[in-house]
Amino acid sequence: MNKILILFGHPAFRRSTINAALRKSVENLKGITFHDLYARYPDFLIDVSHEQRLCESHDIIVFQHPFYWYSTPSLIKEWFDLVLEHAWAYGASGTALAGKITFQALTAGGDFSNYQPDGLNLFTIRQLTTPYRATANLCRMEWLPPFAVLGIHQGLPKEDRICHAEDYRKTLMALRDNQLDLAKARNYELLNQDLNSIINEV
Amino acid sequence: MEQFLLKLLIFLAAAVIAVPLARKCKLGSVLGYLIAGIIIGPFGLALIDDIEAVMHFTEFGVVMMLFLVGLELKPSLLWQMRTPILGVGGTQVMLTFAAIGLACAVFLPWQQAVAIGLILALSSTAIVLQTLREKGLMNTSPGKSVFSVLLFQDLAVIPILAILPLLATAAVHVDAHHSSGLFDVTTLPGYLRLIVVLLAIGLIYVVGKYGSRPLFRAIAASRVREVFVAAALTLIIGISLLMTAVGLSPALGTFIAGVVLADSEYRHELESDIEPFKGLLLGIFFISIGASLNFTLIHEQLWQIVGLVAALIIIKAIALFAIARIFKMPGTERLLFAVALAQGGEFAFVLFQFAKVNEVLPQSLTETLVSVVAISMFLAPLLFLLYDWLIAPHLQEAGTERQADDIENGGRSVILAGFGRLGTDIGRLLISAGIKPVILDHNEANVDILRRFGFEVYYGDVTRLDLLESAGAAEAELIIITLGDHEKSVELVKLVQKHYPQLKIAVNAVDRRAAFELMDLGVTTIRRETFGTALTLGQDALQLLGFDPYEAYKIRRLFRKKDKDSMPDLYRIHRQDEDKYISLYQQHNANLAELMTKDREIDMVELDKAWTAANPET
Repeated sequence: MNKILILFGHPAFRRSTINAALRKSVENLKGITFHDLYARYPDFLIDVSHEQRLCESHDIIVFQHPFYWYSTPSLIKEWFDLVLEHAWAYGASGTALAGKITFQALTAGGDFSNYQPDGLNLFTIRQLTTPYRATANLCRMEWLPPFAVLGIHQGLPKEDRICHAEDYRKTLMALRDNQLDLAKARNYELLNQDLNSIINEV
Repeated sequence: MEQFLLKLLIFLAAAVIAVPLARKCKLGSVLGYLIAGIIIGPFGLALIDDIEAVMHFTEFGVVMMLFLVGLELKPSLLWQMRTPILGVGGTQVMLTFAAIGLACAVFLPWQQAVAIGLILALSSTAIVLQTLREKGLMNTSPGKSVFSVLLFQDLAVIPILAILPLLATAAVHVDAHHSSGLFDVTTLPGYLRLIVVLLAIGLIYVVGKYGSRPLFRAIAASRVREVFVAAALTLIIGISLLMTAVGLSPALGTFIAGVVLADSEYRHELESDIEPFKGLLLGIFFISIGASLNFTLIHEQLWQIVGLVAALIIIKAIALFAIARIFKMPGTERLLFAVALAQGGEFAFVLFQFAKVNEVLPQSLTETLVSVVAISMFLAPLLFLLYDWLIAPHLQEAGTERQADDIENGGRSVILAGFGRLGTDIGRLLISAGIKPVILDHNEANVDILRRFGFEVYYGDVTRLDLLESAGAAEAELIIITLGDHEKSVELVKLVQKHYPQLKIAVNAVDRRAAFELMDLGVTTIRRETFGTALTLGQDALQLLGFDPYEAYKIRRLFRKKDKDSMPDLYRIHRQDEDKYISLYQQHNANLAELMTKDREIDMVELDKAWTAANPET
């Protein structure tokens, strides 16, 4: 069984019903550590060595956050800046994260059609998250496409929220129990675009 | 003297034995007192036989209680509750008065019927409030409706007292009034009394409103607590004497004084000073109701009294149930509302006495009616029990959701103990976040100014349990302690931990040593009061020296973290070394040395490792 670390960043968590639903569906699962960064570091003073120990003791690292300006909320960027040290995360001797699976679980206001070359945002989610993919690459991690909940500005009905939360839970459980077809998933635009095709039922 | 002490001993001993027993049997303290009264009364063990003396006690118990009821009746609260008070309360008094009055008019002259209707429309504030409090129903919506009605009844006593004398001689004096007007005032004892009464009430108002504040402030400034207690008692006893002198119920006078003082910053202090006296006297009051049950009379007129009690309770309950329907109370609350108020009240004793003196009602009638009221009051806690056993279980489901609401509303209550330089800014911050703390302070000058700016500030010694109680410590979520006096802080923390274990504690410490002592008590949210300023000023200093502003900020931030991290270590060392040092001064120096050593070990390199890392490969 793999151990999963969810690094969660949302500066206004109380107002996000979708992140609350996602969080609630997974935070008490066995083998999952849910780490709320804004709650832990309200003053942005990240305890680097603590974060590094956490990463080392888990096999899968998920960044769950809203998609702000095609990127992460600032505390997660601060986390990258500080925690991913040379000779720990990258560099010749920086192999602490090597081989660990990683992906983003993000929520965005625009819907799928907005994130198209002819759409409002000009680029796809997969294109816009390439800096993250490059980071994972430099740290020798196993990158997976983002798990994305789109179109939340139009207001997600409650049934949809429940559906996404359930998908999120299924995805994490499959990863935890080695039941996710990583090779197939890697080629998808989004991790959750066709879950049934990448999860191997036992 | 010995006679008095003996009597006191009997009363108190009866209460000490009966009340815990009654509570153990889940009967409530009121019923315990009443039973104790019957047992020691003239028809029980006959330990007290002087009914006159018993009645004397009774009077003063009510006086104290009504002063406190008045204190809780802030004019602003009155205003807020004006609809339920005037609407529900007014309808209750009028409807019950009409029903009972009409029923009596069948047998009695109309003046007597009116008097009885008015007097029996009232319910027992003492029994009902005490029982509601014990059951934790005060803040539920039926509890509030009941409270509103009781408030209106308390106010209705004033016009009733004015009306009763008119009923006595109405037939004779109506003509005189028409023919001679104001000139004949002296020949109209009823009117003269009314004017004197109004003057006396006016005096209480003026003194309470304008005289009390400078007086209490001067007393508070002396900082001798007993003097304040003495002043409070003087006030009540003085008003009682004044009222007696003008032929009015002392209870009414102190009640008015209570209302006048309800907005005063000394309310909590007065409340907590009077509360123990009230508690005892109220107990004695209930005992004396029990003791005053005249079993000879009841025996002689058994069926008549049984019938009257049943009629009283049933008429009142039906009227109340109808009112609950008129005002669209939820179905589940109507019965509680009806059960709670279907008894005669302690005002009835006073008013029947008053009616008898004014020759409105004959003595034989008042004696019977006093017994009826006393029995109905005795039955009131039993009716509550009956409600709990028979009716409440069926309503359980509807009740649960509402309760959650209450917790949500009450969950934000914060007590801020100490409103000096530190407390002021904390209070401002909380208010900016939409949280209005109840502020307690011992500095009468502070209290005065802050109240003028609309803060809810109360004067008093915060380490007094009763003051905490009246500030709502039992329901509050958090207490913030910002006292300058460390000993007081420790005392308060201990007090809170002992009596209100649910209350979260946040406290300031004057220095590191004080923080250690608070850590000894298991408090986890402790801030050293000058530390924050030291760090900010340090950051300013670095900036003035030419440090990059963000650099200066980061140093401050990291230093704060390192200091926090080293706290448990220093705490341990401090505890180990304690015995080694002869003087506090020595220990302080040793601790300082330890602190400096620790600081030298702090690795500030961590500060910008990530931002400046030289990567050989890139």
